[in-house]
Amino acid sequence: MTSVKLKLKESDVQKLKEVAKSFNNEAGELINVLHKAQEIFGYLPAEVQEVVAQELNVPVAKVYGVVTFYSFFTMLPRGRYPISICTGTACYVRGAEKVLDEFKRILKIPVGETTSDGKFSITCLRCVGACGLAPVVMVGDKTYGRVTTDGVKDILKEYDTED
Amino acid sequence: MHMLVCGGTGCRASASDMLYESLKKEVQDNNLENEVQVVTTGCFGFCEKGPIVKMIPDNTFYVSVEPKDAKELVAEHALKGRKVNRLLYVDPTNKEQISDSKHMGFYKKQIRIALRNCGLINPENIEEYLAADGYEAMGKVLLEMTPEEAIKVVLDSGLRGRGGGGFPTGLKWQIASKNEADQKYVVCNADEGDPGAFMDRSILEGDPHTVLEAMVINGYCIGATKGLIYIRAEYPLAIQRLKIAIGQAREFGLLGTDILGSGFDFDVEIRYGAGAFVCGEETALIHSMEGERGEPTFKPPFPAQSGYLGKPTNVNNVETYANIPVIINKGAEWFSSIGTEKSKGTKVFALAGKINNVGLIEVPMGITLREVIYEIGGGIKGGKKFKAVQTGGPSGGCLTEKHLDIPIDFDNLIAAGSMMGSGGMIVMDEDDCMVAVAKFYLEFTVEESCGKCSPCRVGNKRLHEQLDLITKGKATMEDLDKLKNLSNVIKDTSLCGLGQTSPNPVLSTMENFYDEYVAHVTDHRCPSGVCKDLIRYEVIAENCVGCTACARNCPVNCISGERKQVHLIDQVLCIKCGACLEKCKFNAIAVI
Repeated sequence: MTSVKLKLKESDVQKLKEVAKSFNNEAGELINVLHKAQEIFGYLPAEVQEVVAQELNVPVAKVYGVVTFYSFFTMLPRGRYPISICTGTACYVRGAEKVLDEFKRILKIPVGETTSDGKFSITCLRCVGACGLAPVVMVGDKTYGRVTTDGVKDILKEYDTED
Repeated sequence: MHMLVCGGTGCRASASDMLYESLKKEVQDNNLENEVQVVTTGCFGFCEKGPIVKMIPDNTFYVSVEPKDAKELVAEHALKGRKVNRLLYVDPTNKEQISDSKHMGFYKKQIRIALRNCGLINPENIEEYLAADGYEAMGKVLLEMTPEEAIKVVLDSGLRGRGGGGFPTGLKWQIASKNEADQKYVVCNADEGDPGAFMDRSILEGDPHTVLEAMVINGYCIGATKGLIYIRAEYPLAIQRLKIAIGQAREFGLLGTDILGSGFDFDVEIRYGAGAFVCGEETALIHSMEGERGEPTFKPPFPAQSGYLGKPTNVNNVETYANIPVIINKGAEWFSSIGTEKSKGTKVFALAGKINNVGLIEVPMGITLREVIYEIGGGIKGGKKFKAVQTGGPSGGCLTEKHLDIPIDFDNLIAAGSMMGSGGMIVMDEDDCMVAVAKFYLEFTVEESCGKCSPCRVGNKRLHEQLDLITKGKATMEDLDKLKNLSNVIKDTSLCGLGQTSPNPVLSTMENFYDEYVAHVTDHRCPSGVCKDLIRYEVIAENCVGCTACARNCPVNCISGERKQVHLIDQVLCIKCGACLEKCKFNAIAVI
């Protein structure tokens, strides 16, 4: 984390304030507001959390506590093509770990981080409910089933054309 | 004629939505709109062979259907009435084609109560639910029964909570009904967190109205007018279908004020989870709904006394609710005639792992693991040897060969050192290392521990470290004793169900596969060839023909050798990914 403050887009901040208002600025709606905030900004940096805290009239520490508690919320921006590898048990016993290792090896980033060009990020998720296709990988909304270590580079190749 | 296309998550991941569009287009192109209806339904359960298409009324069951098959299906089956044989399911034992799903091994032993409408109705159309006796139970309860009478039916049915705990549902309702308050709440727990279990999701995606109907009944019984569904934000399709269902139910006057003229008001709201396994615990779930960190609190007070916003709250799981309308319609006696003495009815299991027929199944309590794995599941994939079946997710344990014939119910599974849990059932074969599996679950628990109580926060971390040392061959026999002791301490002293059960995978694998632990510790050997630090890949010189397949596929180029010459693996560079073993057609790579 850098100490330089992010400058949030004013129109986005305005949108967030409206969201808070639509929930009557109630502290009990914190999680719902954070869901919307993440939709607007893509992630929840400290600056966004400060706005949320102010709008719902709760300490920033509480917002931070909630953001860091739930795995769905992220304080780091995800890649343009977020890669999620299912590490649920069904996928695990069918070789998800090897697939994950291959993604990490090729992209040279650990789980939870984004490539320096902002293109890919790697996260793990637990069970997408497509256990018949294990192991499963998602890139954005697209699901890839029965992925093998060989198949990893082919998946990444699909996103080559852009930039 | 109806063409039912599975729209569950599994089938959608293999392009069932495109298949639906293609079928619709073919029907249109052949001017059959008046005769043939293409309908998206919920999950059929047979995910292994998805996408599934079922023809009504002749019940022809097509498997692994691709969008390009749409033309033939419409031209042959719909137009000429001829079955498309190549898309029928082939029985792996006798190679016979089976056209009606009820003759398939996968479905023969199933009794579908909670999943009764999944794969049968269009979940986005309330009229189809109504046609399948939908909201009939609700009408009966609201107009003809007192809350006490309805609770008695649920009590007598013997239904126990399907979320994992197995607490008698009727009793839970009775307690909540007796607590006086100006406002009470009914909560549906749809925060399915067990990795490898997806029944709640399938019910919500395939039959959302059944949950709404049961919640209204629950509300009437305990005197609550507000219902909340706590659902994972990671389930977009389920959320979308729930929203549609709530909208339609309101439109039809089945939610809202004065439902069916009974004078009873009830409405439902959706609350989103944000990915925390511990929120499956009811007190943690309630805190999360209040916008707090989802940390559990000590019980008592139970939610039935002081729950959401401090008011009496009844929390039930999705699958539990899905049973309620049927119990009311068919009666307690009918329901309690299915199952074992203390576990009535059926249970939905998500059968996955190294098994031929992966999918969602609903079986009567008392069925044996052997029947589930070999008859419904079709046996172990690739003809390998069965090793263990893990039930109950991160809170459960691994059962082995010797447990295959015990009747599955809440109490028998606990006695065997595992538990029912939410119904995940992961089958493992000879290639799975039990120490690595225990470590996998602990990794999950460490990640998901909320951190409130130290036995769970610190203890599980230590367990994981110990397991890590074992898989690296760096542990001593003394460490194994420590592992067991610490496991028992965590079980005894943790605050909530997460910590009280998290050591189960360790204890059950130690109990049933102690020799594997010992092999890691004393021989520095992983008998299943999984733990990377204890294995190495070697070329078997006499089998190697020098085809270069391994060298070409090695991601780190650590295999050298000329064409038609024996190859060699550089052990320093090898990352033990196993690509060479997978690619070798001559059995010339061995794991040592």
